[in-house]
Amino acid sequence: MAALASLTAHELGARYRSGEATPTQAATEYLARIEALDPEVRAFLTVTREAALRRAAEADARFKAGAPLGPLDGVPVALKDVLCTRGIRTTSGSKILERFVPPYDATVVARLFAAGAVLLGKLNMDEFAMGSSTEHSAFFTTHNPWDLARVPGGSSGGAAAAVAAGMAALTLGTDTGGSIRQPAAFSGVLGMKPTYGRVSRYGVIAFASSLDQVGPFARDAEDAALMLGVIAGADPMDATAIDVPVPDYRAALGQGIEGLRLGVPAEYFMDGMDPEVEQAVRTAIATLEKLGARTEPVSLPHTEYGLAAYYVIAPAEASSNLARYDGVKYGLRAPGARDLIDMYSKTRAAGFGAEVKRRVMLGTYVLSAGYYDAYYGQAQKVRTLVRRDFEQAFARVDLIVAPTTPGVAFKMGEREDPLQMYLNDIFTIPVNLAGLPGVSIPGGFTQAGLPIGLQLIAPAFDEATLLRVAHAYQTVTDWHTRRPALDVPTADRALR
Amino acid sequence: MMNNYETIIGLEVHAQLSTVTKMFCGCRAVFGAAPNTATCPVCQGMPGSLPFINRRAVEFGIMTALAIGCEINAHNRFARKHYYYPDMPKNYQISQYEEPLAEHGRLIVDAGPGPREIGIQRVHLEEDVGKLLHEGALETAQSSSVDYNRAGVPLMEIVSTPDLRSPDEAAVYLRALRAIVVYLGVCDGNMEEGSLRCDANISLRPRGQTEYGTKVEIKNLNSFRNVRDALEHEIKRQTRALETNERIVQETRLWDPDRMVTVSMRSKEFAHDYRYFPEPDLPPLDVQPAWVEEVRARLPELPEARRARFQADYALSVYEADLLTQGRSLADYFEAAARAAGKPKSVANWVLNELLRELPAAADPAIEDCPIPPANLAGLLALIDDGTISGKIAKDVFEKMYRSGDTAQAIVSREGLTQVADEGALGAAVDRVLGEHAKVVEDYRAGKKAALGFLVGQVMKATQGKANPALANRLLIEKLPKV
Amino acid sequence: MARLARLDLSAADKERMRSELDKILGYIDKLRALDTRDVLPTSHAVPVTNVMRDDVERPSLPAEDMLANAPDRYREMFRVPRIIEE
Ligand SMILES: [Mg+2]
Ligand SMILES: [Zn+2]
Repeated sequence: MAALASLTAHELGARYRSGEATPTQAATEYLARIEALDPEVRAFLTVTREAALRRAAEADARFKAGAPLGPLDGVPVALKDVLCTRGIRTTSGSKILERFVPPYDATVVARLFAAGAVLLGKLNMDEFAMGSSTEHSAFFTTHNPWDLARVPGGSSGGAAAAVAAGMAALTLGTDTGGSIRQPAAFSGVLGMKPTYGRVSRYGVIAFASSLDQVGPFARDAEDAALMLGVIAGADPMDATAIDVPVPDYRAALGQGIEGLRLGVPAEYFMDGMDPEVEQAVRTAIATLEKLGARTEPVSLPHTEYGLAAYYVIAPAEASSNLARYDGVKYGLRAPGARDLIDMYSKTRAAGFGAEVKRRVMLGTYVLSAGYYDAYYGQAQKVRTLVRRDFEQAFARVDLIVAPTTPGVAFKMGEREDPLQMYLNDIFTIPVNLAGLPGVSIPGGFTQAGLPIGLQLIAPAFDEATLLRVAHAYQTVTDWHTRRPALDVPTADRALR
Repeated sequence: MMNNYETIIGLEVHAQLSTVTKMFCGCRAVFGAAPNTATCPVCQGMPGSLPFINRRAVEFGIMTALAIGCEINAHNRFARKHYYYPDMPKNYQISQYEEPLAEHGRLIVDAGPGPREIGIQRVHLEEDVGKLLHEGALETAQSSSVDYNRAGVPLMEIVSTPDLRSPDEAAVYLRALRAIVVYLGVCDGNMEEGSLRCDANISLRPRGQTEYGTKVEIKNLNSFRNVRDALEHEIKRQTRALETNERIVQETRLWDPDRMVTVSMRSKEFAHDYRYFPEPDLPPLDVQPAWVEEVRARLPELPEARRARFQADYALSVYEADLLTQGRSLADYFEAAARAAGKPKSVANWVLNELLRELPAAADPAIEDCPIPPANLAGLLALIDDGTISGKIAKDVFEKMYRSGDTAQAIVSREGLTQVADEGALGAAVDRVLGEHAKVVEDYRAGKKAALGFLVGQVMKATQGKANPALANRLLIEKLPKV
Repeated sequence: MARLARLDLSAADKERMRSELDKILGYIDKLRALDTRDVLPTSHAVPVTNVMRDDVERPSLPAEDMLANAPDRYREMFRVPRIIEE
């Protein structure tokens, strides 16, 4: 029985401390699960077996000596392949970085290592985090552990699927327009996007710099609290990581939600959304009311404009951030170029996938002479309006409750039209534009057994309240404890 | 050159700031290190890296802006400027665009016939690019190589308004600007090493016309001489074009100092679309008055003020004061020596004639490492004053001080260079000289005054230069037959 | 646009891209409907200013580490093909 891999990180930590289990046992078990399950789920781009076992052995020694580094010591984790890892290839899901081996660790990676975490490997994603399904990965598509014919969401699809399938206790992803919360909803796990500036972006391969944020995927709120506590805080390498004290997130979990004011935005229950999603979210809201929260309607009138603004700002920043992939310093270089410009153009044509090219073109266009004011300038002003929507709402409520997505995980290859795909992110994008923290937690299942995400949104830097509400909800519901039925058909293969 | 056109020139000067580290990372801003040994993920634009503003670079910018009378923009920010070139790791340069650090300054320059005010449009900060090495010339090289050591070194760009009216005036403006940044200690001013670079915009218009003609940008003006030569050349080229009704193309041209021509680099008709937008990785700057005042309090006395003070306090000529204030250390040196010696005029002479000849370059660092500290120069002057040594011997002593680092006193006593100022000893030498040169004595008697000078010279020679010249003169006159 | 973005697209790619971008730009055009005359732009979600570091050296990385990913190099430098101006 996969005993250790079914535990949460905090349960695992307790077993290490009591001596019932060792980090090496856990790492070994997780590596075996990856070997058994990942051929079907396809969450991992790289598995770092030797390094994992080495780090696990080091953690063993610390526990043996009675001097563990903290609550994540010896905990098996995995990372979206957008986070730079020294000496371990980091692709950002792109052909152009297929053989890129960073000479440095992202700040969050360094903090995880300093906390004793055991890195199992790097996870699949849509190329440069542009996508909602992992179908835009240059390598392969990750499958949703709840239904292998469906996508796990994206862009952090590998990170969501790995936690859902029990192939890592905790993972890190990035969220630019919903890339943590949407796959968390689709894959039935907790996924949190912290406040912009709460977590360092140093070493995070940039998609849209003013929107990107790193955050955890976890099985429950307590695990998310542990992970956030390790990665959060100012960084001398990231000027946008803000120096705001990091509270003890775990300590705040048990305080209950009696009297908390929850806002329910009318715009997030739109026509055409999946009725099962709406039903589940309304039921979840009723559950929170039973726990003592009071709800009231709020309005976020610029929600729809937010989506349009996002599709100006994110491609604009992306077109700039991706200019550096030119075949000169690292990554792919297309052969047979006549000259430098030819080399640039051929390299980028060969190295970038269709979605990336689309966004680079769009971003180049909206920033070009004569169009800046109409597009980029206007989008930044609309961004202000979106922020104000939230400010006005948070003048009246402590937290906003809403669906994470209008629908559940879709079938692979089902969404071909880019614009249709973009509309999927309408409930997550405004949160990025406003820089706020948001979390998606399992909030039910459809008749067909697909997970439904419940989204909670808090004022800036109030992740503690998000986690407290998530925790309260998880004490009275069991959605988060359900596991996809993957083990049985694959166990044989693991033993072979 | 006689012509019917007025010349309009504006200069863009890039000054490398003398910070310890680069603009946005902690790598050392060094010159001449082995290729790619002073780089990191940030300055090499690696995926995931982020810039972080160097506070000292901002303060150097503020200091310079204050020195040239700019208004500091409380709200200023960085922006990304996009174009593809392999020396620029991210294919965008972090610079300042719509909201620069400072604007609306001015600099008084005098290229004759009188001082004129040249406007400063803006001062902004940005990062430098790496260095490209071509196999042979750029046009024929089959490949090029990039060294990113220089990438990310802080640059300050100072843009003048198109107020300059002649190549001379442009050179004088550049010299004044260089003196200021060197003075402030924000740039070493070394044009050969590229610490100070200059591009010029130049256009001609018929005299009396108010609108500007088509402007041409000239790059690679890395010395005062190049600035003057390139602009002279460009005036000729444009005049010829205007007179033959040829169209002047708005373009960028490169100055080739060997062939003394400008060559077209690219036409503005294919102008870059830089797609500027605010740098999302860097929070904006908010330069409040308190910060500006704190920086202002640290400003040293600037060259212009110091020049005036040198003329007034030390009775120096314009020429002397100007030369002595070219660098802050040189001026400091002069002042320290002048105070110690109490004879500013002769200190000025010694510094300008002797010291500057000995120093490898008039550059500031050379003076700081000078083996003759100001107190020692004052010591030398005191020995001349009290008659211990002659002015002639003093020059030898000066050279020896420079080589050894010893004081004048030590050298004079070690080498027995003390003047022979004893009447008895010198009288014997005078008698000997008179005896040996009877023919000259005869000439003197016959009224040939120049003979006296020859005899003084002979006395000096006989005493190996140690004779007190005034005493030798007197004794000779006494001992010679009366005319 | 493809030239500006340094993307070598085939004629067919360009055509497809054009129609997709037209569609997206059509959607984005709804932004113009909003009156934003008195609205200041947001370029940073969390408003902070003057985040600076001291001018203190942090060791550079060894040249070999920085060159390890180079697609082509000449000695300790990155080699690029023949440069021709646009
Ligand atoms: Mg510049
Ligand atoms: Zn660096």
